[in-house]
Amino acid sequence: MSGDQEQHELEPDLLAEREELIDVERELEAQGPSAGAVRAAEALTGVAPEPGVAKPDPILSADGVVREFGGLTAVDVDHLEVQRGTITALIGPNGAGKSTFFNLVSGFDTPTRGSWSFNGTDISRMAAHKIARLGMVRTFQLTKALMRLTTLENVMLGATGQSGESLWRAPLRFLWSDQERSNQKRADVLLERFRLSHMRDEFAGTMSGGQRKLLEMARALMVEPDLVMLDEPMAGVNPALTQSLLGHIQTLRDEGVTIILVEHDMDVIMSISDWVVCFAEGRVIAEGRPDDIRRDKAVIDAYLGARRSLTQEDDK
Amino acid sequence: MDLLSILSNSLRGAFGPEAAIYALAAVGLNLHFGYTGLLNFGQVGFMLVGAYGTAVPVVAWGLPLWVGILIGIACAIALALLLGVPTLRLRGDYLAIATIAAAEVLRYIYRSEWAEPLTGGVFGITQFANDFYDFNPFSGPFVVGPFNFSANALWVMTVGWGGTLLACGLVALLIHSPWGRVLRSVREDEQAARSLGKNIFSYKMQSLILGGVLGALAGSLMAINTQALTPDVFMPILTFYLWTIMILGGASRIMGPVLGAIVFWFLLTFLDSLLRQAIGTGVIPSGWLESSDVGAIRFAFVGLGLMLLMMFRPAGLLGKQKELRLDVR
Repeated sequence: MSGDQEQHELEPDLLAEREELIDVERELEAQGPSAGAVRAAEALTGVAPEPGVAKPDPILSADGVVREFGGLTAVDVDHLEVQRGTITALIGPNGAGKSTFFNLVSGFDTPTRGSWSFNGTDISRMAAHKIARLGMVRTFQLTKALMRLTTLENVMLGATGQSGESLWRAPLRFLWSDQERSNQKRADVLLERFRLSHMRDEFAGTMSGGQRKLLEMARALMVEPDLVMLDEPMAGVNPALTQSLLGHIQTLRDEGVTIILVEHDMDVIMSISDWVVCFAEGRVIAEGRPDDIRRDKAVIDAYLGARRSLTQEDDK
Repeated sequence: MDLLSILSNSLRGAFGPEAAIYALAAVGLNLHFGYTGLLNFGQVGFMLVGAYGTAVPVVAWGLPLWVGILIGIACAIALALLLGVPTLRLRGDYLAIATIAAAEVLRYIYRSEWAEPLTGGVFGITQFANDFYDFNPFSGPFVVGPFNFSANALWVMTVGWGGTLLACGLVALLIHSPWGRVLRSVREDEQAARSLGKNIFSYKMQSLILGGVLGALAGSLMAINTQALTPDVFMPILTFYLWTIMILGGASRIMGPVLGAIVFWFLLTFLDSLLRQAIGTGVIPSGWLESSDVGAIRFAFVGLGLMLLMMFRPAGLLGKQKELRLDVR
C-alpha cells in the first residue's frame, strides 16, 4: 500500500476528530459546570478530605484489600468508598498500585485478603465476567480492540443476556433474531454517539489508536453499566481526541453512570474529577476534591513534586 | 507415462474416503484454532478415542455399531473435559502441550499389553463395521471413465462427505450467531471478552468438546473405512496433516478444511503416481530414486508447497489475505 493511499484513508478520521473537538469546545464554553458536576458536588459537600472517609451513597466500597506479590505489598487499602454518580480519579506515581487495585476489584486478579462490595452486593473473589454482568465494567490500559471482528460486532458483543449466546439456541436463528435486531439498533446508536459509524463494518484492527479508545468505551457502555472503570483512557491519545474523550466521560457522569479512572495527566484530572484518590506505595494517602488534593502536603511529597507546589504558591 | 491415469488417481485421492475423513477432523480443528484460537496439537487423540470407542464395544461386547459410535462421541467429550478443565484457565500454550502429550499417552495405553483384551494391543481389531456395510445402498462398483470406486468405498465417501458438509453447515450456523461472536472474541482477546461479562472458560470448553466430537466422528469413520484398527495409525504426524489441511484451505473459513483436504490429498496422490510412473518408465533413472522412496519424498513436496503457500497466500487458499495484515497485538 502506498503512502498516498494511507493518507486518504486517514483524512476523514482526522476531519471527524477536528469537527468533534470544535463541537466539544463550543459545548463546554456554553455550559459552565454540567448538571452532573453540580449534582456530584452537592452529594460530596461535607465529606471530609481524608483517606478512607465514608461517602453518603457509595456504589463501590472496599475493605482491607491487600495484594502481595511474594514479599512486596502492591496494594494495601484499609477502606475506600466511591460515591455514586461521580467521576472519581485514582492518581499516584507509577507502581503505586492503582492498576492492581483496578484488577482486584474488577475480578481480574485475586487479592491476598480483603473484601469489597458493589451496589451493596459482596463481590469479593467473584469471577470477572460475573462482576461485569452486575454492571461494573472496566477498560484496559492497552486497548483491547477485537481486531478481526467488525466495529459493530465489537460493540454488539457487549450486550448482556443474549439468548443466542447459548450453544443450543445459537443454530436456531429465529429464537434470537429479534433480540439481535434490537441490540444492533442500540449498538448503532452508540457508534453514532462516539462517531464511529463510518467504521461500522470495518475490522476493528484497521482503526487508529484513538478510535480504539472510543470503541472500547462504546463497547463498555453496551453492557449498560452503573460503574465504568477506565484504566488510563487518555494514554497515547492526541490532544484533540483527549478533549472529546473527556466530553464523553462527563456526559456519562451526567447520565448517572459512575466513573472511576486511572490517569496521569494532572490537568485532565483536575478539570473533570469530582473526587480524587491518591495512591502511593499501595496505600491511599489522600482523597478529596481536586482543590484539596492540590494543596495536600502528602500528595505533593509523593506525587506532584516540588515544582508543582511552588507554582501553586505563586498563584496565591 | 500415462497422464490420464495419474490424473484419475489424483482425483480418486482428492475425493476418496480418506480425504473426507481428514476434512471432517480438520473442521473440528478449525473450530478449535480458527474460531476459538485454541492450540490443539492432539486432534489425533480425539480420532483415536472415537475410533476405538466405535470398534471396541462391537468386538468385545457384541453391541450394535451405532451404540459404538455414540460411545466414541462420549469418549471424546470425556477427553475434552479431561484436557480442558485443568488447562483452559491457563495460557494457550498449556493446552497445546497437554493435547500433544495426551494423544501420545493414549496411543501407548491403547497399544499396551494391559489393554490388549479390549483393544487387541499392537495387533489391533478387525471386522466390526459390518452393520455399516449392511446399510450400503450401492450394489455394484462405480465406474465412470477412469474413475473406479468399490461399492463400499462409495458408501463411506457418501457418509463421509455428507457428514463433513453437515458439520460445515452446523459450524456456519454457529459462527454467525451471537455464540460464534463470543467464540471469535475469545480468539481475539480473552480479557476483553471477560470484561464484557462472557464466561470464556465455558466457551473454550464448548468449543473443545464440539471440535473434539467432530474429530471422534472422523476417527469412527476411519475405523469403519478400513474395518481394521491399530493404535499406530494414530501417530502425532496425523494431527499435523490436519493442521496443514486447515492452513492450506484457510483457517477460520467455513469451507477451508474441506478445500484443504481435497488439495492435500490431490497433491499427495498426484506426486505419488507421478513419481512412481516416472521411475517405472525410466524418466527418473533408478540410481536417483527408488520407488520405495516415493512415500517419503511426496511429503517433502507437500511441505515445499505449504512453504510456497505461506509466502504467497499466507491466509490459505480461501482466507482473506486482508485479515492477516491487521496489526494483531
